[in-house]
Amino acid sequence: MITVNGETYPWQEGMTVSDALKACNYKFPLIIVRIDGRLIPRDQYAVQPVEDNADIKAFHLISGG
Amino acid sequence: MSCGTKCTVQEMRKAHKVLAEYDYELGKVERGYNNRTLYVNLSDNRIESKAVSQEMKDIFIGGRGFGLKLLWDAVKETTKWNDPENEIIISPGPIGGITQYPGAGKSLVVSISPLTGAIADSNVGGYFGPLLKFSGWDALEIQGKAQADVIVYIDGNSGKVTIEDAPDEEVNSHILAEQLTEMYADSESDKRNVSVVSSGMAGQHSLMGMLNFSFYDVRRKLARLKQAGRGGIGTVFRDKHIKALVVKFSNVKGDSNGPADIERIAKAGLKVHKELHDYDDVQCRMRKQGTAHLPGIAHDYDFLPVHNFRYGSHPEARKVTGIVWEQLFTQGIPDGCWYGCTMGCAKAVDNFMPLTGPYKGERVTVDGPEYETISCCGTNLGIFDPHAIVEINFYVDTYGIDSISFGTATAFAMECFELGLIDKNATGGLDFRFGSALSVLEALHQMARGEGFGRIIGQGVRRMKKHFAEAYGADAQLLADIGMECKGLEYSGYVSKGSLAQQGGYGLTLKGAQHDEAWLIFMDAVNRQIPTFEDKAEALYYFPMFRTWFGLNGLCKLPWNDVEPADNAETDEPAKVPGHVQNYVDIFSGVTGREISKEDIIRMSEAMYDFQRLFNLRLGYGTRVHDDIPYRSQGPVLDVEYLSRADKYDKELKEAVGFDPEGKTVAEKIHALKSYRKDQYEKLKDAVYKRRGWTPDGIPKLETVKRLRIDFPDVVALINKHAK
Ligand code: SF4
Repeated sequence: MITVNGETYPWQEGMTVSDALKACNYKFPLIIVRIDGRLIPRDQYAVQPVEDNADIKAFHLISGG
Repeated sequence: MSCGTKCTVQEMRKAHKVLAEYDYELGKVERGYNNRTLYVNLSDNRIESKAVSQEMKDIFIGGRGFGLKLLWDAVKETTKWNDPENEIIISPGPIGGITQYPGAGKSLVVSISPLTGAIADSNVGGYFGPLLKFSGWDALEIQGKAQADVIVYIDGNSGKVTIEDAPDEEVNSHILAEQLTEMYADSESDKRNVSVVSSGMAGQHSLMGMLNFSFYDVRRKLARLKQAGRGGIGTVFRDKHIKALVVKFSNVKGDSNGPADIERIAKAGLKVHKELHDYDDVQCRMRKQGTAHLPGIAHDYDFLPVHNFRYGSHPEARKVTGIVWEQLFTQGIPDGCWYGCTMGCAKAVDNFMPLTGPYKGERVTVDGPEYETISCCGTNLGIFDPHAIVEINFYVDTYGIDSISFGTATAFAMECFELGLIDKNATGGLDFRFGSALSVLEALHQMARGEGFGRIIGQGVRRMKKHFAEAYGADAQLLADIGMECKGLEYSGYVSKGSLAQQGGYGLTLKGAQHDEAWLIFMDAVNRQIPTFEDKAEALYYFPMFRTWFGLNGLCKLPWNDVEPADNAETDEPAKVPGHVQNYVDIFSGVTGREISKEDIIRMSEAMYDFQRLFNLRLGYGTRVHDDIPYRSQGPVLDVEYLSRADKYDKELKEAVGFDPEGKTVAEKIHALKSYRKDQYEKLKDAVYKRRGWTPDGIPKLETVKRLRIDFPDVVALINKHAK
């Protein structure tokens, strides 16, 4: 299991940040990701592994509006 | 003598009779100000110059602040929108007109609104505000009513203002802006030095008229239009018999705004230009899609309005996502609505051919559509055909109608039709089911002619609710629940049911249901960053105050947070984009020579924010009850709505409300959720008023206005009167 913004989602072997965002249907381009408090650079989302039980904060910035 | 409808531009000009003339000395803008404003009275054709005091600059800053100050002094507490003493004030603010930083050419328009009866403010692009300032004026204040259609012309080259009788020009904006640009420019190359403010035929037959501000596009060789949409100021404009305002100034330079430290401004500007160049393609694609990049995102996150805000997404939404618009917009042309705006999001559809109405079969350029038009005039009406949306966009613009109010009012009428609250007898035979694009267009043409059901829609949601209840016996409570207006102003295009903070972002506002004070859906409902009432209240303090500052200074909000600096993620509060906030500190100080901090930004804005709230109070509004919102913006009204998100709502009933949904009817569940959510909203009001330094009735306290230095004698008297 992983937690993203307080909601739980199933964890999968080899899961990356991009996979986790996809699992939440998070498609917004301006998302800041922290895993267990550690900032993940945006260009690493496709390769950065996500461990089981990770606590992810995916902060969508405001745009539009 | 009038030359009729088919005359040439030269013949039209010949038909002008000069009603008043005023010569003035040209000046030089110093540190963002001319230190004078222009007053025009159309009842007695008086034109005067008014001095701007240091106190006015220190406290009211400019732009919307100047508008509020001038209007406050001009009206009484009994003044209505169509009284001659109501004014329209246009002011660009001290930063407005610089060319080094993106989004720095906005005009702010202030008036008493026909829709709400309170203060309307609107922020608009185009060249008028900066050219007005470079012509020698920090604001244009128009009072009175002309007897027949007039043009006010400000010639900033020679220093002359005229009021001219203008019988023959078109009223609809896409033609009128072209005619007047040609009329007042000396040559093709001079056209960029002319800007026109106009409304349109529906502006004079509805309460939701808007103003078009032109900017001449030298590549397309035509006058493009940006809209001051909200609040019905175009209706006030036409009620005053103003056909157009025209300004001409021919010598715009990088230092025309007279900045104290141009290097400092240029340095801040360079950073954002580079960010846009480097990141826009992978961030918001503003340069290719403008705000039309948003419908797909809104659909993905369930806040795209569909069928009068019943739903937040729809399977057909893929037909109106950013990439569709990117293909329809002409690419490769810089689309900035003021010089130096490298965000350039003022996209357009060229060579568009309308299939209906008076311009059927002609080739036109359509400015937009922007997100609000796609959502309010498209998906919210069940219309997912891009051609139909572009056609509605074209006509609302040229007819001078606010696309948000038009769309939301039409969506309400459609839902009433679907629910059987009204029938074809009410619509004059129009099939008004969701998705009926041709009926919507027909209603729009009717609105322009001042006829039929279109004229009824043009009165706005608040008056339609009353009319449908009185004339057709429609259920008043249901109408109140689904009629998406707050303070009389129609909702803009975001479904707020999933975010209590955004409900406040619509309701706890100055002018009504517009998202330009606070857009908190992500922070609240997706990121879950602001879980408590205090957190939400803090957001509903900071963001409205911060964003008010754009309106005081002539700035566009978009370059603040629709592009992000590379290091934004590493900052303490990325949602505030601290790097860009620092840029604003630098450009304000760089223009005015007045050193400020980022905290000063909030202080300046708060003074004007509370002043506007008190202005509403003075006009008979501006208290707690006026911050009420329709239940549709808080939660599901109908069974179908509840059932579309049943799991979510059932979970909330169980976990937050303490109500077991098991075995209950949908009606019972809706009722339980409604009581809970309405109570939550009242608690939010309490928290927000407290944070803003207001009483529980939503009135700024004496100590607050003292802190903000707006404790003028009449303000104090007003507060004391209400305290009693
Ligand atoms: S960002 Fe868009 S709306 Fe804002 S000033 Fe630039 S072109 Fe105009």
